[in-house]
Amino acid sequence: MSLTLFAVVLLIALASHFMAQRKALAIAGGRAGVLHSRPVFHGLYSLLWVALAGIGALLVSATLGDWLIDRVLMGRIEAARPSMAPLERQLLLSDAKALAEGRMSSRGGVLRDQIAAAYDWMSATRNWVVIALSVGGAAVAARITYGRVSAGWRARNRAERIMLNILLAMATIAILTTVGIVLSLIFETVRFFGMIDWRIDKFILGATWSPLSGVFEGQMDPDKVGALPLFAGTLLITAIAMLVAVPIGLFSAIYLSDFAPKRVRAVAKPLLEILAGVPTVVYGFFAAITLAPALRDFGEMIGVRISSESALAAGLTMGIMIIPFISSLSDDVINAVPQSLRDGSLGVGATEAETMRLVVLPAALPGIVSAAILGVSKAIGETMIVVMAAGQGANLTANPLEATTTVTVQIVALITGDTDAETAAGPAFTLGFTLFVMTLVMNILAQRLVRRFREAYE
Amino acid sequence: MYDTSKTADGATEQMATKFHCADVQVFYGATHAIKDVNVDIQDKTVTAFIGPSGCGKSTFLRCLNRMNDTIDVARVEGTILLDGEDVYDARVDPVQLRAKVGMVFQKPNPFPKSIYENVAYGPKIHGMARTKGDLDELVERALRRAALWDEVKDRLDATGTGLSGGQQQRLCIARAVATEPEVLLMDEPASALDPIATSQIEELIDELRQNYAVVIVTHSMQQAARVSQKTAFFHLGNLVEYDDTSKIFTNPEDPRTESYITGRIG
Ligand SMILES: Nc1ncnc2c1ncn2[C@@H]1O[C@H](COP(=O)(O)OP(=O)(O)O)[C@@H](O)[C@H]1O
Ligand SMILES: [Mg+2]
Repeated sequence: MSLTLFAVVLLIALASHFMAQRKALAIAGGRAGVLHSRPVFHGLYSLLWVALAGIGALLVSATLGDWLIDRVLMGRIEAARPSMAPLERQLLLSDAKALAEGRMSSRGGVLRDQIAAAYDWMSATRNWVVIALSVGGAAVAARITYGRVSAGWRARNRAERIMLNILLAMATIAILTTVGIVLSLIFETVRFFGMIDWRIDKFILGATWSPLSGVFEGQMDPDKVGALPLFAGTLLITAIAMLVAVPIGLFSAIYLSDFAPKRVRAVAKPLLEILAGVPTVVYGFFAAITLAPALRDFGEMIGVRISSESALAAGLTMGIMIIPFISSLSDDVINAVPQSLRDGSLGVGATEAETMRLVVLPAALPGIVSAAILGVSKAIGETMIVVMAAGQGANLTANPLEATTTVTVQIVALITGDTDAETAAGPAFTLGFTLFVMTLVMNILAQRLVRRFREAYE
Repeated sequence: MYDTSKTADGATEQMATKFHCADVQVFYGATHAIKDVNVDIQDKTVTAFIGPSGCGKSTFLRCLNRMNDTIDVARVEGTILLDGEDVYDARVDPVQLRAKVGMVFQKPNPFPKSIYENVAYGPKIHGMARTKGDLDELVERALRRAALWDEVKDRLDATGTGLSGGQQQRLCIARAVATEPEVLLMDEPASALDPIATSQIEELIDELRQNYAVVIVTHSMQQAARVSQKTAFFHLGNLVEYDDTSKIFTNPEDPRTESYITGRIG
């Protein structure tokens, strides 16, 4: 119902746009400069107000109506069954609504039927009110804005101000959601630290990660929440991934941007970008099914024990996954270094290799570092590959040939495990928050570093 | 400003030939950009290339230090001798050649490094200085030649891109002369500069003539008349006329040259 209404409001808005524009055109009479604002802005101004009024009325009246109906019906249930528990009443109400909408209800009963009947006519009334208000609001806005169209009316400035406010609202939503997420992370983290008696040192330095064993009401064992193995695992796998991805990605970018024949570049660059779009699950089972066994067999051949789930397999796969990001981004920034700088270097008798090493790469450095940081962030946040290729055992090890686990994998284990979400949320959120802080600090440090060494061309 | 006729008459005759170019052709893929150009460029002389845009001035200039090698589709034919040696001979490394034949570009293109590093770039690559002291000396000499030393001697560590446009271009000239070239090629070196910076660059070019053969591409005929002793007029890839500057501007042989300098072509 509301979707149709939505479409109707938009139609009215479009129509009012057309009408206002036509009126403005008529006033202008084909001469330029008669109107303060061009006809299209008169149309836009009208459209914006009509849409805002219509949709605003729709949203407000619908929400308010729902709330009101619930209040009234709950009141009736309470009057009829004063002894009923609040949860039961809620259930009764939703059963009645289901009944009224022709769906199955879990139980029957006289009161249910009465409430359902009441709900039926109330929601019908509500619908008519919503329709009347939104269509009416749109029509009124259309009428007013149409009346305002005149030669001196500053429709462009008005329309632009409305657009500006809409943009501002969107930006606010974007920022507020981010702030909200961070705040909830912080809140849960503080709660979790409270549960372990503020033994943050145990969380950071403890070597045993088994937070949900022996958990009782609101209390956790500080000796079993040592996240060190997880962070060690994350760092180990990330390091392996970057050792693979940065050299290969950077060198392939150098080749593609300055040394590859045009035709190779034309094929390879889109190919790399496609590679960047392969879902990580695919890399994950590639690691688990192909790479890890191959590594194990290779280890057997040369007499080294490599477990079938290993940090090495996960790191290598993750490195392969990150290569296209680093090479594609680096290729872009290397390409963005002006040809004139290359000419200047070649012009004093530098070779192309010297030009690349001494002029182009330093100028492209900030972008390359950003690409690498993006790679690190992807590696730290990557989950699928590690779950499949590195196992879930929280061993504290620096040996890349053994099974290990990462922060993200343990978050998944906590949230998807049997323990109720309420209890598991604490450690999970805390791990997430710590990851967030780590990446943030890394970003800031890298930016500092870049600012110190950057060679900025204009 | 500069009395070209006197220097031209007196100077040009005894100057040795620096570049001898015979039947030079340049193709960009199928485009025939330079056709049958024959020209002898003299040492210790400013030679100006003029002509309407797209006529191939830059293309020909870039043949002289083999910068066209860096363009995939470009192909050069014919003979270009520098001091009697074929620059397109297989034994010649274009990288070495470019140290001997320096180049200054249309838009100032200093590296985003310090002023010092900009000038020291070429000498470092070619291993011209054994000690830091040698390098300092080389840098100072180059900056003095480019008439920039006094303005930047207190801030050699400042970045080169922070200079004004005219200073940047003089920095690029310093960078080019730092490798002790014998020839300086300049492709419209003042076209991106304001009039004051332009006249500074022109003055500088006149001084550089003491030590180098200078070849300058310009679209400004006044500039050609002011700074050069020899002028070559290009049109549609052909070298139409090449003579003393005073002659080209007062008494051209070819009707195309005349219409260009009187403003009818171009
Ligand atoms: N890199 C290139 N690739 C293909 N054609 C080019 C290239 N550079 C120049 N040309 C062509 O060669 C001709 C001469 O160009 P150019 O030497 O730049 O002229 P000028 O410097 O006299 O303005 C023009 O027709 C131009 O389109
Ligand atoms: Mg040119």
